[in-house]
Amino acid sequence: MTYIAKPKFHHPGLKKNELGYTHRDYEGKISTLCAGCGHDSITASIIEACYELSIEPHRVAKISGIGCSSKTPDYFLGNSHGFNSVHGRMPSVLTGANLANRDLIYLGVSGDGDSASIGFGQFAHSIRRAVNMTYIVENNGVYGLTKGQFSATADRGSKSKKGVTNTDNAIDLVAIALQLGATFVARSFSGDKSQLVPLIAAAIRHKGASFIDVVSPCIAFNNHAGSTKSFDYVREHNDAVNRLDVLVGRDPIAVDYAPGTVQVVEQHDGSRLALRKLDADYDPHDRLGAMTFLQKHAAKGQIVTGLLYVDPDAEDLHEHLNTVEAPLNTLEADTLCPGSAVLDKINASLR
Amino acid sequence: MSDKKPISSVNDFVVRFANVNGSGSASANEMFARSILRHGVPVSPRNIFPSNIQGLPTWYEVRVTEDGHLGARGGVDLMVAMNPQTWDKDVAGIEPGGYLFYDSTKPMPSTKFRDDITVIGVPLTAITNSTYTDPRQRQLFKNIIYLGSLSALLDMDPKLIEQLIGEQYKGKEKLLSSNVHALHLGRDWALQNLKCPIGLRVKKSDKVGDRIFIEGNSAAALGAVYGGATVCAWYPITPSSSVAEAFTAHCKKYRHDPATGKANYAIVQGEDELASIGMVIGAGWNGARAFTATSGPGISLMTEFIGLSYFAEIPAVIMNIQRAGPSTGMPTRTQQCDIIACAYASHGDTKHVLLFPEDPAEAFEFAAASFDLAERLQTTIFLMLDLDIGMNHRLSRPLKWDDARQYDRGKVMTAEMLEEGRDFGRYLDVDGDGIPYRTYPGTHPTKGSYFTRGTSRDRYARYSEEGPVYADNMQRLVRKFETAQDLVPRPLQANAERPTKYGVIYFGSTSPAMDEAIGLLEARGHQLDRLRIRAFPFHSSVASFLAEHDFVYVVEQNRDGQLRQLIVNENGIDPVRLVPILHYDGSPITARFIAKAIGDHQDHLKVTPLRKAVS
Repeated sequence: MTYIAKPKFHHPGLKKNELGYTHRDYEGKISTLCAGCGHDSITASIIEACYELSIEPHRVAKISGIGCSSKTPDYFLGNSHGFNSVHGRMPSVLTGANLANRDLIYLGVSGDGDSASIGFGQFAHSIRRAVNMTYIVENNGVYGLTKGQFSATADRGSKSKKGVTNTDNAIDLVAIALQLGATFVARSFSGDKSQLVPLIAAAIRHKGASFIDVVSPCIAFNNHAGSTKSFDYVREHNDAVNRLDVLVGRDPIAVDYAPGTVQVVEQHDGSRLALRKLDADYDPHDRLGAMTFLQKHAAKGQIVTGLLYVDPDAEDLHEHLNTVEAPLNTLEADTLCPGSAVLDKINASLR
Repeated sequence: MSDKKPISSVNDFVVRFANVNGSGSASANEMFARSILRHGVPVSPRNIFPSNIQGLPTWYEVRVTEDGHLGARGGVDLMVAMNPQTWDKDVAGIEPGGYLFYDSTKPMPSTKFRDDITVIGVPLTAITNSTYTDPRQRQLFKNIIYLGSLSALLDMDPKLIEQLIGEQYKGKEKLLSSNVHALHLGRDWALQNLKCPIGLRVKKSDKVGDRIFIEGNSAAALGAVYGGATVCAWYPITPSSSVAEAFTAHCKKYRHDPATGKANYAIVQGEDELASIGMVIGAGWNGARAFTATSGPGISLMTEFIGLSYFAEIPAVIMNIQRAGPSTGMPTRTQQCDIIACAYASHGDTKHVLLFPEDPAEAFEFAAASFDLAERLQTTIFLMLDLDIGMNHRLSRPLKWDDARQYDRGKVMTAEMLEEGRDFGRYLDVDGDGIPYRTYPGTHPTKGSYFTRGTSRDRYARYSEEGPVYADNMQRLVRKFETAQDLVPRPLQANAERPTKYGVIYFGSTSPAMDEAIGLLEARGHQLDRLRIRAFPFHSSVASFLAEHDFVYVVEQNRDGQLRQLIVNENGIDPVRLVPILHYDGSPITARFIAKAIGDHQDHLKVTPLRKAVS
């Protein structure tokens, strides 16, 4: 959260996207997070992804819980509605908002404290309900706002800034998301914008529960030797299974990579995900394979990043509930109220 | 033999069925109540059931009441004792001169009976076993057989019961005929072997009129349908679950798009109460009419979100079907014990709107109105039912709806209004009523967006921890609450026949017992003016009523006099002038209880001068 609004003027020659919006139209207020915070890099990636997809900023609803990560929606898409709810409860608020108006794009931003501890249940249930959303966890393994306590994603054996060793096992949110049936699961690194931006863009285009765990080092409390969420550690242990390009329908698919290294995944909305494979054996359609792959690499101390699983034919909660196409928040009495004649019949049946 | 004259009464008595939970007796017992209604005689039935699926004792009480008293009366005139576990307690609960109906297949020692009651034995098990071989059939039809015997003993018209069975098993001829057969097995045995009728009789009348027979939870759910609720998120908890279940059933019947067959609603069973209210708040923030139904423990879990709804000003409706607390308390017993918990739910300075319906008709009306209020006031509205209204069938005025009625969506600034250049400050008090305008997400490309948060902010929704800014916002919320006084249902006053300096305040499910108690008090020579409170915040007429009376009794179903506390707190009245009349054993309050408690106090007031003279 910030007191400081960004100046609205900008260079007239700024590049515009298909809607005529410039990059600046996707920005929000000035961040008050620590200089160098990984979360600010994620903010920049969200801005970039929305710009590239030519999304109307006001058609996005950005919802968060409480914590450093949950402040970030204030720093992007300044013309969209934001909701900084309560600690760990972003998923339920987002689910309700989505039920009310299926036409908006829902961006849920959370943290590891938010989603892996108090909100672990809500995280799980929003995923299993297949809410059409992009759920991003800005994962730094530490409680920044309360100054340095371990979070539930901190690896066992990793050290805090004060030198304390974490003796609890870590929760891997990606593994959980895979198990719960998320139809788009990815992990990335805030310091790898070239990987993260297309992942966010693809997640937004995906219909269903998209989950991205972004390792995002906390510059103040978790960027030291002994941490497994520091910039240096992640750079050294990052193993990317693929790189992604998102090709929306209007663009010709121009893949300039060597045959055999690209896999194109077509989604329901016509967008195509071009996966540049780095790992020849990796199949992003195999949920079980993804789970095994993840665990094997975790055992080796490697952080697997990239698009780990996608189901291009996914359904969302509204399809499960068979709700009308019109947003529920637009329906009025003439549609919703059965009327007095029906009530008279109901009365008659109760005598 | 009986040394007390048997009770003789036509259309005015209490029958209680003592059964074992899970024995399938509920439908037969309810059919008994409905069949009396078909005689044109009002009934007031109540389920008294354990927090258990099978095996524990359960009771179903039917008050037959030609005078139309819908509160519990207390006492039992005819006990249908079908549960050996509770035999002694059941027999002890019969009024002197009353009747005991039991299964006489196995002989009972004389010590198990009383001299001052009439014992009626029917060999139910023997009759059942000689007719049916299937164990489940034996269990179920035994209930219909005792219903048949009772019809003979109480002089009921069997055709009316057959008609009810016909309606229940319409299209299922085999079940219909077998149930009618069982009914006549019991009826014929009684006619041939017992003196029929006994002193208690059901005589055809015309006192039911056009009233309907419905549970409060079902009526509230219908109110949500008519009130335009499109999102329901809930988590099962007794005694509220049937609200969501009824809402689901009503929606499936009445809420589909005729062209596509798709649903005009979304119902989600949340993973817990926190998620349920979270979804309601998310939906309310996004412009849908949303509600949840819960009970006391659920309210406890929801309080953080309720505070957010209050401070961030998001419409939400919570139907609280109260049960006995604290903690798990008595989950299947009734109380009015969440008044304070709801009125001031959450940390910090909060106040919430409460609605107190007295019966199913008001449950329907208030439920529908709660969505208008939630959107008009942009806050949480609590519909305060309790188990006694919610889970029992009540005779009720027919439900009514005005087709000209449109939903009040409150102050919503549209894209057109923003285009006109209207100043949009999310927390700006434009009209002086404390209610700001809001915009729905997605309204306009460049205007009207704002950030919703539970932290302090200024009138334009900009984060601010400045003291005066915070205080300004909190004062506006007080203004909004004052505005609510004139929007919520007003109290209803009924004055005594003669001028009196004594009054009584009551609310919710106490209403029918209170109405009856007034008659009993008048018979003892006590005159009281009545005020039925229907909502919090209190309308100014509550303060006027307090000012006009020396003593005001506050009748409620909790230990600590929670409504009384709220009245004292909000009106600054001397607590001594508010006399608590409290009933909190989990059973519905009765007219006898109220009349005795108030009557004894009134008698005490009358003798005060004598005591002074003695001293």
